[in-house]
Amino acid sequence: MVDLSIDFAGIKSPNPFWLASAPPTNSGYQIQKAFDQGWGGAVWKTVGAPVLNVCNRYGTMDYKGSKIIGLNNVELISDRPIEINLREMRETKRLFPNNAVIASVMVESKKEAWQEIIKQIQDTGVDGFELNFGCPHGMSERGMGSAMGQVPEYTCMVTDWVMDVAEIPVIVKLTPNVTDIVHPARAAVKGRASAVSLINTINSIMGVDVDTFEIQPNVGGKGGHGGYAGPAVKPIALHLLSAIGADKEFAQAGIPISGMGGIETWRDAVQFMLLGSTSVQVCTAVMHWGFRIVEDMIEGMSNWMQDKGFERCSDFIGKSLPRISNFGDFDLGFQSVARIDHDKCIQCNLCYIACNDAAHQCIDLTSMQLSEKTLQNGRPWPVVREADCVGCDLCSRVCPVDDCIEMVEIDTGRPHISWNQLVAQKPEVLEWDKMEEYRKQANIVIH
Amino acid sequence: MAEHFKPVKYRAWEMSLEERFKEVYPPLTQREAEAEANRCLYCYDAPCMVACPTHIDIPTFIKKIGTGNVKGSARTILESNLMGATCARVCPVDVLCEGSCVLREEKPIAIGRLQRYATDYANEREIRFFEKGKPNGKKVAVIGAGPAGLSCAGELAKTGFDVTVFEKRTWAGGLSTYGIVVFREPVEVSLREVKMIQDLGVQVKCGVEIGKDIDFDEIMSEFDAVFVSIGLGRVPQMEIPGEDAEGVLDGLDFIEETKVDRLDKIDVGQRVCIIGAGNTAIDCATIARRLGSERVTMIYRRSEAEMPAYYFEYQFALKEGVSFMFLTQPIEVIKNARGQVEGLKCVRMDLGQPDASGRRSPVRVPDSEFVVPCDRVIKAIGQNKPKDFMDILAPLGVQQAKGYIAVDPATNRTGNQKIYAGGDCVRSFGEASTVMAVQDGKIAAKAIARELVSIEGENK
Ligand SMILES: Cc1cc2nc3c(=O)[nH]c(=O)nc-3n(C[C@H](O)[C@H](O)[C@H](O)COP(=O)(O)OP(=O)(O)OC[C@H]3O[C@@H](n4cnc5c(N)ncnc54)[C@H](O)[C@@H]3O)c2cc1C
Ligand SMILES: Cc1cc2nc3c(=O)[nH]c(=O)nc-3n(C[C@H](O)[C@H](O)[C@H](O)COP(=O)(O)O)c2cc1C
Repeated sequence: MVDLSIDFAGIKSPNPFWLASAPPTNSGYQIQKAFDQGWGGAVWKTVGAPVLNVCNRYGTMDYKGSKIIGLNNVELISDRPIEINLREMRETKRLFPNNAVIASVMVESKKEAWQEIIKQIQDTGVDGFELNFGCPHGMSERGMGSAMGQVPEYTCMVTDWVMDVAEIPVIVKLTPNVTDIVHPARAAVKGRASAVSLINTINSIMGVDVDTFEIQPNVGGKGGHGGYAGPAVKPIALHLLSAIGADKEFAQAGIPISGMGGIETWRDAVQFMLLGSTSVQVCTAVMHWGFRIVEDMIEGMSNWMQDKGFERCSDFIGKSLPRISNFGDFDLGFQSVARIDHDKCIQCNLCYIACNDAAHQCIDLTSMQLSEKTLQNGRPWPVVREADCVGCDLCSRVCPVDDCIEMVEIDTGRPHISWNQLVAQKPEVLEWDKMEEYRKQANIVIH
Repeated sequence: MAEHFKPVKYRAWEMSLEERFKEVYPPLTQREAEAEANRCLYCYDAPCMVACPTHIDIPTFIKKIGTGNVKGSARTILESNLMGATCARVCPVDVLCEGSCVLREEKPIAIGRLQRYATDYANEREIRFFEKGKPNGKKVAVIGAGPAGLSCAGELAKTGFDVTVFEKRTWAGGLSTYGIVVFREPVEVSLREVKMIQDLGVQVKCGVEIGKDIDFDEIMSEFDAVFVSIGLGRVPQMEIPGEDAEGVLDGLDFIEETKVDRLDKIDVGQRVCIIGAGNTAIDCATIARRLGSERVTMIYRRSEAEMPAYYFEYQFALKEGVSFMFLTQPIEVIKNARGQVEGLKCVRMDLGQPDASGRRSPVRVPDSEFVVPCDRVIKAIGQNKPKDFMDILAPLGVQQAKGYIAVDPATNRTGNQKIYAGGDCVRSFGEASTVMAVQDGKIAAKAIARELVSIEGENK
């Protein structure tokens, strides 16, 4: 049996699966139901300043019959009176002492306001705080949420105020709506945060109704930017996660990260953890399918760990992080070419047209007599001219058949050197004529 | 109806008569159509397009359904095939487009049903994509308003010809109107296509039989070119004793009744023998079942392996509760005293040496006669070749091939410069189908335009 439990900056959780602060964690009823079904922790829907919500809060990105590959919202923080939230936090913690209950907080940028609410919530017995510096709409216009998270100095300052009164771990939730996530992450460290979490939602406009010209989501004829989440944002979240994970200054602080953004399956969760998340949070997937998805997440991750020989989460958290590298350090001598398995090929010829129109024209349509199949329909086969293949990989990306086009590593005798090493050794290659010379010598042919 | 003949799970009988003759496949909903369209890989140089005799740009029309441009999708279809709505329903897609789909091993894209979705969308809204071309002063006569004739007429009208179609029946549409079983294609679908051709400025004169009401010579002198698309005739005689009995029906007449008459007026009988095992025979058998016949038996002198019906048609008949007697040859219709059918006398057959077609020819098993009791015998053993019309055409230099009108496949022109022909009446080999008739019409229209308006670069 594998052990899924984690210790997140002192917050204990039976597994790494937490509900993100959002509609699924709006009330005690919901969180208790989720814990019953297996969720390890929950970050309470952000409490703080009084708000009023609007109608039509969601817009979705639906793709070719798949609903909600992306979700946009203009929802605000909790609109329930604070006393009710506090009462239910206390009750939930009493009923589920072993699950992680984390209170998300956001108030105006005043020291007293922050310290007072922290003390008030602390009294309920929750396990930790998450400071919402990420909400990109509604709250930011009032100087809260991402308005704070986008200015590292504010992030540091508010964190510092909170740390003065907090007796339990404090997580700073970062906004992705910045040019370089590393700076607010370092600011959180500087403010003595116990951990960080990311990502909150991304600024977005979902679309325009081409019949009515309305913006989606449509709020009584008007619309505006909202926060984007769901499967579509996962690559962005993974990048931001790895960016802070790979930052030396952040790493030195040794504080854990709670990752989120597009997690729907155990596979997604594993990827976040391989890139340095200790816990993972989920919102959109639960909004789409309900709490029940956690059963497969737990089982799937356990099975995977067993297959891989991992006993506990710490065995693999951050395992892929060392591979995150800069372009300048990639091996220029690593060469691959596309090989098409004609036993699997169904002759859709999508690789041909992609290569011909959008890559390097190195797939030919050729009449070949490979099997009886060929004789029957007489259609030509896509065949790679390996000598001309630049190994860009587009063909295998468009191929609809699993494992039909494989990128195989070949040795062309090119020197194994990185760009950084090359320009250090031969700065002259920055001129075109010298570059040409180098290419000749290194057996690099470009057509 | 004797209860013991009623199969436990024959769903059709749980429906009303009208419902049983509704289209077997319901139309796709928008959601279904988009989901199916999105499954299409959008192959480059797609094999489905090559397999379609009219070369509809299938990946393009499907992609357009996926983007919500259903109108544009219909245009793409009709550009290659004006009878797209009929073809969507009647084409043997298993052996054409869908049969060549690169996903055929898994589950081919439902091309036929998607085509129906797009063409119905346009038809229901009476969207017109094409206009009558600028008049070029040339007149063409089309004889027979089936798919071949209508396709030719429409294509010619688009390029500016003055086209008149002569049709001997009350309604135009040919077998799409009178011959395709109604639960595959309702009559309205065919008539809507006729209307679309008329809207292109084509004159359709129904109730006019060429060779009887108007002489062919008259047509030849009045028009610059003639397209002959008269299809085939009725079901031939079996030449067996008792064939004149009351209750022996021509399969085509029988199908026609269900298309143009009130269903509850048709008396099909309780025990029906169908003679033949082609697609028409299957149609007769399934209609008889849906009309309520307890026992429908198909009688075929060769074995299952040789039957000419498409496999999916055979499967459909089995599902409908039709039974099959293979290696059985009818030799006499038994009549009662009032001259009505009482039974069909048959003889058992065996397979002997391969004949000219390569199929093993059936030989009688001596002393194996027996009688199948029945009250109807429906003949579906093919259609008569266009002999009478050949007699009119032959003196004009038109050749024949195995009794069909001979044409040059590149132009569909006959031995006479002015006379073109297409559709079933030229189909001397291969399985006759609507889509091939449509393509014949297109080829002939192109050739006629090339011949009569040889302006440089036009109509090529
Ligand atoms: C029962 C049945 C089921 C079929 N099912 C299918 C199917 O599922 N799928 C498929 O692809 N194909 C099917 N076919 C075949 C398909 O219907 C034909 O291939 C197609 O209709 C041929 O078109 P056509 O225009 O050549 O002939 P027809 O459709 O036969 O049209 C010929 C027209 O010419 C008229 N005509 C004849 N002589 C004269 C004259 N002297 N003067 C004026 N008018 C005249 C006729 O009245 C008729 O309207 C089926 C055929 C039958 C009989
Ligand atoms: C409708 C909605 C409301 C949200 N409300 C909050 C909130 O109150 N506080 C907060 O910190 N994050 C909020 N978020 C952001 C989520 O906690 C999470 O960071 C984001 O949705 C990415 O995760 P996902 O891709 O699993 O949805 C909200 C997200 C959504 C979709």
